Parts: sequence; structure tokens; C-alpha cells
Amino acid sequence: MSAKIEAIRQIARRLLSEGKVDMVIGFRRGTLPMMNEPCFIRKAEEADRLVWDSHCGINLANYVTDRKERVAVVAKGCDSRNLVNHIIENKIKREKLVVIGVCCDGMLDKRLIASRSREEAGAEVDAVEDANGQVTVKAGALIWQAPREELLQDNCKRCRHRNPVLCDELVGEPVAEKTEDDYEDVKRIEAMSSDDKWAHFEEMLSTCIRCYACRNACPLCYCPTCFVDESRPQWVGKSQDPIDIRTFHFLRAYHCAGRCTDCGSCERACPVGIPVRQFTRKLNKDCEELYGWQAGLSLDQRPALDTYSPNDPNDFIR
Amino acid sequence: MEHMGVEPGRLQFSWISSAESTKFVDVAKKVTESVQALGPNTKFKKSK
Repeated sequence: MSAKIEAIRQIARRLLSEGKVDMVIGFRRGTLPMMNEPCFIRKAEEADRLVWDSHCGINLANYVTDRKERVAVVAKGCDSRNLVNHIIENKIKREKLVVIGVCCDGMLDKRLIASRSREEAGAEVDAVEDANGQVTVKAGALIWQAPREELLQDNCKRCRHRNPVLCDELVGEPVAEKTEDDYEDVKRIEAMSSDDKWAHFEEMLSTCIRCYACRNACPLCYCPTCFVDESRPQWVGKSQDPIDIRTFHFLRAYHCAGRCTDCGSCERACPVGIPVRQFTRKLNKDCEELYGWQAGLSLDQRPALDTYSPNDPNDFIR
Repeated sequence: MEHMGVEPGRLQFSWISSAESTKFVDVAKKVTESVQALGPNTKFKKSK
């Protein structure tokens, strides 16, 4: 891990001192364990604040939207796919961007680690160490261990694009990629009856406080005025009524149709732990099955919802 | 929408040209029939 940190700092230092970029966006250590935060470096001597470990789950593509200066971004596989999205959607110019691609081993699930620490040690997490495929968690007086694979975020367990799809600098050795996502989680819901589906999402969303953290963490959500904030016209009710909450969630998901890279930022940001990816994953599955499309893989292809082909599926139109 | 628990048949899509009056009538009939069969949509009502 520390080799990657050293490489990232070196690249950042070089880019800034050579004047290739005005700013480097990366991660720095947060004030709490497992909570690395975005970090904006403008001077070469500040590059030592940058870190890289298994808690860099935030999607940094979120911070390049409409930037006028030249920026370098530290990007995992999913971040790089969102950068491709941004370029395709004209939210940043390719020539303003230096992508510091990092080959990713998957990020650890902070919520899972916290809940297991409470179970096993009855205490909050004090420190997490990650070495040789084994995660060691210090919580209160107790130390517990588990294989790294077990503690990965759900989206990282399923990830097929850990290596950056677009990069100017590469950190680390490319890792082996999974070839398929079985979408087993989506299929489980698809198999339910309509009433069960409704009840499932009712239960799932019952704790939502409508803080919009999922929207704010998402690099796809860059509209100047979001539909939930608009009051003329008011697209969606602003109350805590279950149907208003549900309307927000499925409209948000629809806005991500054919664009979502399943980076997991929304789920990671949710303060009450709602698995909001269940909505976007369904759309990802549909996009893949109907159009053979996965978002953000190439600069040369137009997104599924942006193209027309005579053999597009249209059975749903009667 | 169906994935979220809206019954199949409640939401329908059609493509009807302004010249296709008979198709419009047919579709309108079919839609009302299938929605009537499903009954009132109580799920989208606010609870309070």
C-alpha cells in the first residue's frame, strides 16, 4: 500500500512543480478511522498530505465538474469511468484533465467493519490495518481479524473494472479483473411478486431522512438545480411521506440510467445505511441486457440512452 | 416502475400517430380495461 502512496505523491509533486496542472485532487486521511476525505493540493510541497489505502471509497470525479483550471485526479477504476462520463457529457475537457489512475484492490466496507466491531468488541473502531489480504481491526480493548475479501464493499466485491479505463499516469500493477456480474441481488428482487417488491422497498426506505447525501456524493448528479430542490414546478413532494421518499429515490435512480458505474458512493454516503444501489443496479442490469452497455468504458461510444438503432428493443410499446 | 412494485399493466406505453385514430381507440380501451381489472391505485396515496 505505501508504495502506492509514494508513487501518488511523486506524481503529484512532479505535475505541480512542472506546472502541468493547477491542482491535484486526491485523498487525505480523515479525522475518523476509515473516513478518508477529498483533498485539493495546489502546491508541490503539500503533496505529502495525499494518502492511499482501503478507505478511499469516495468518487473523486464528483469534484472535477465544470472546473476551469487544469486538474489531476487520483482515480480508481470506477472514478476513471466517471471521468469518461464527465468528458462525454461535456462536464470537463479531456485536455484539462490528468488522470492519475490507481489499480484498485477494492475498498473496505466501513459500515460492515463498524457493526462487526460493535458485535465482537462492543466498541467503536479505533484503527484498521490492511496487509497481505488480512484486515486487522482495533476496537476498544479488542483486536479482531478477517480476510480482506469478506470486508469489501458490496460493489467492490462485484466490480469488473478495478483498473482505470482511462489514465495518463498509472500507479500500481494492473490487477486481475472479474469477467461477469451475476446480478444475483437484482434477480432476487425481480423474482418477488409486485406486493412483495413494494413491501421490500417500503421497508428498505423506511429509515430515509432525505438528507440527499446519496445525491451529493454521486458524480452523476451535477444539475445546477436538482429536481428535488426545485419548487417551480415542484416535481416531487418534499415531505417525509413514504411515497415522497420513494419518488425521490426512483427518480434519482432514473437520472443515473445508463450512466451509473456502480462506484458505491451513494451507499457509502448514506448516514442510515440504505442500500440505495438496489435501484441503480436494476437499471445497470437492464442497460447491459438490452443494449450491451456499461457506462464509462470508452470515450468513443455514445451512451445507451443517447443513441438510436433500428433493432433497439421495443416490446414495451404497444 | 414494475421493479419497484407497481403492478404490471398499470403503466403502459404506446406510440400512436395523429393519423391512427382507430389505434388510439383500441389502446384507450385496452388500457382502461387492464387498469380497471387492477382496481384503484392505493399505493401512490399519501398516508396523511
